Amino acid sequence: MIKLNNIHKSYVMGSNSLHVLKGIDLNIEQGDFVSIMGSSGSGKSTLLNILGMLDTYDQGSYYLAGNLIQNMSEKKAAQYRNDLVGFVFQSFNLISFKNAMENVALPLYYKGVPRKKRNQIALEYLEKLGLKDWAEHMPNEMSGGQKQRVAIARALISQPKIILADEPTGALDTATSYEVMDILKEINDTGITVIIVTHEHDIAAMTRQIIRLKDGHIHEIIRNGELKQFQKSYMKELETA
Amino acid sequence: MFDIDKWQEIFATIKKNKMRTFLTGFSVAWGIFMLMILLGAGNGLSNGVANNFMNDAVNAMWIWQGKTTLPYEGMKTGRNIMFYNQDQEIVQKVPGVGVSSGRYFMGNTRYSFGKESGEYTTITCQPHLRDVENLQIEKGRFINEIDIQQNRKVVVIGADIKTALFKEGEAIGEYVNINMVPFKVVGICTEPGSTRNRNAYMPLSTAQMIFNGNNRLHNLALTVNANTLEETKAIEEQIRTALGHQHKFDPKDESAIGLYNKLENYIQTMKIFQAIKIFIWIIGIGTLIAGIVGVSNIMLIVVKERTKEIGIRKALGASPSSVIGLILLESIMITTVAGYIGLVLGTGLMELINYFMVQSAGAAAATEQSETIFMNPTVDLNVAIYATLLLIVAGAFAGYIPAKRAASIKPIVALRDE
Repeated sequence: MIKLNNIHKSYVMGSNSLHVLKGIDLNIEQGDFVSIMGSSGSGKSTLLNILGMLDTYDQGSYYLAGNLIQNMSEKKAAQYRNDLVGFVFQSFNLISFKNAMENVALPLYYKGVPRKKRNQIALEYLEKLGLKDWAEHMPNEMSGGQKQRVAIARALISQPKIILADEPTGALDTATSYEVMDILKEINDTGITVIIVTHEHDIAAMTRQIIRLKDGHIHEIIRNGELKQFQKSYMKELETA
Repeated sequence: MFDIDKWQEIFATIKKNKMRTFLTGFSVAWGIFMLMILLGAGNGLSNGVANNFMNDAVNAMWIWQGKTTLPYEGMKTGRNIMFYNQDQEIVQKVPGVGVSSGRYFMGNTRYSFGKESGEYTTITCQPHLRDVENLQIEKGRFINEIDIQQNRKVVVIGADIKTALFKEGEAIGEYVNINMVPFKVVGICTEPGSTRNRNAYMPLSTAQMIFNGNNRLHNLALTVNANTLEETKAIEEQIRTALGHQHKFDPKDESAIGLYNKLENYIQTMKIFQAIKIFIWIIGIGTLIAGIVGVSNIMLIVVKERTKEIGIRKALGASPSSVIGLILLESIMITTVAGYIGLVLGTGLMELINYFMVQSAGAAAATEQSETIFMNPTVDLNVAIYATLLLIVAGAFAGYIPAKRAASIKPIVALRDE
């Protein structure tokens, strides 16, 4: 599904350049549930942006669903984003002057779906996420958890192959965070690949694969069985702390 | 362009920012409003002055007798130049002269019919005077060639004379006594642009014969066929030379004969109005540009404000062209609607002024002869259509840079922008 070969990325800031990603090799299969962890500056957000075609890379190659993602026109990138990827952000990024239903329907607007139809579909998705009664509400009338659920509905409406979530629980309290993670898990169960960036161990532990980044390299990948081990050691860390 | 969704998006944002939209639109509306008022006022002034010229043929020329001030061929200065019938023929032969008429002045002449009588000005002339002075025949006919040849005692009276002497009765065919000599009324005329029609016209030859004029003329009225200032000057020069040859005076002697060249004045005045018009357009477009820059400015702020929203849209799959379309259409929409309001208000105000002016002019005309310098201060439809097109182009222009900037927003940068 996702295939990264030796991805390099630097940011030029004035005269000095910052080498953020120093050769990332990564394979993520269809239906995986992956979290990317790392301290700030480790390149995890940059990696997610590259995966989401929001940013370009300097070197290497990136295949998404069999398509080489490289030197694309903005139009093409926008189309791929619309077709393949759903985004969930830490700060929700809902459009403040549109109500929940219109926010959810927005990706379908860019697909060219007629207004009536896309609003109807948006209502279906809101219902799935238990927000049907909130369809006419503006984002500022909703709680953080509700907003994030609207954002998830928006990410799902275009039936993407991948959900990319950048700190989806970063702005939420623990209980709401777990709710959101449950929703993401359910989404993953329907076969959609879910990739989240987080720095919270308990959130990461709910995924099935953890990729730890350190200084632009993949430091370690923790999978299935080992995950139990990780969870244990994490508990220990908590106890000692 | 005609995508309902896009319009709904635009209306939604406009509705969310009423004050900002109003202020933006106001600057454009004001610009167009001022342009329309300036153009209307310019047109009014131009129309008024042009109308005053229309009292006579615009290419009319009058020549009258003078006194020499330059010695010529051994003759001293101070000689009176006197015109005779042949002078009209001489002038008529000058190339570029259209039609001409000699005129013989009579002092005040007493007109009487039945018990009514009054003193009026009698102008003795040849048939072509009608063309020179743009006389309008209300009824009957003007003096013709046969009147001249047969020294017929006929007269064409002004409408006011007819009213004074004949009241409601029929005048054509009746005989009026002019200085005790009966003349048959053959026509009633009016002078355009004048509210007084107290002149009467009689055949030159008849007047010369009856009122002891011999073959004397007092002045000459003619039209010239010329399009440019240079051409009229040349014709003027030739007339001076021809008359100078006849009467033995220096053609350079400006006082030997008097000469008024209306076309020259007309061309010069129209040139001034052209300059005024250009000036008005420059000012108007300048005002408009200020408005457009205002729109552009606000749209830049709009884009800045909406950076995050645009970033979200792009992340969700908005193509650069759809973002450009969004900003551009909003800009065009604001400028067009606001500009149109300004256009309607501006032209409306000018039409209103025109309405009141026509009314008061009507009132003034009833009491006295009035020369307006302001008339029909309105802007024609073509200008309004051009202005509308200009607005759309201006809106596109105003929105272009902001839209380009919006399209170049990188979603990651926008989304990071907290």
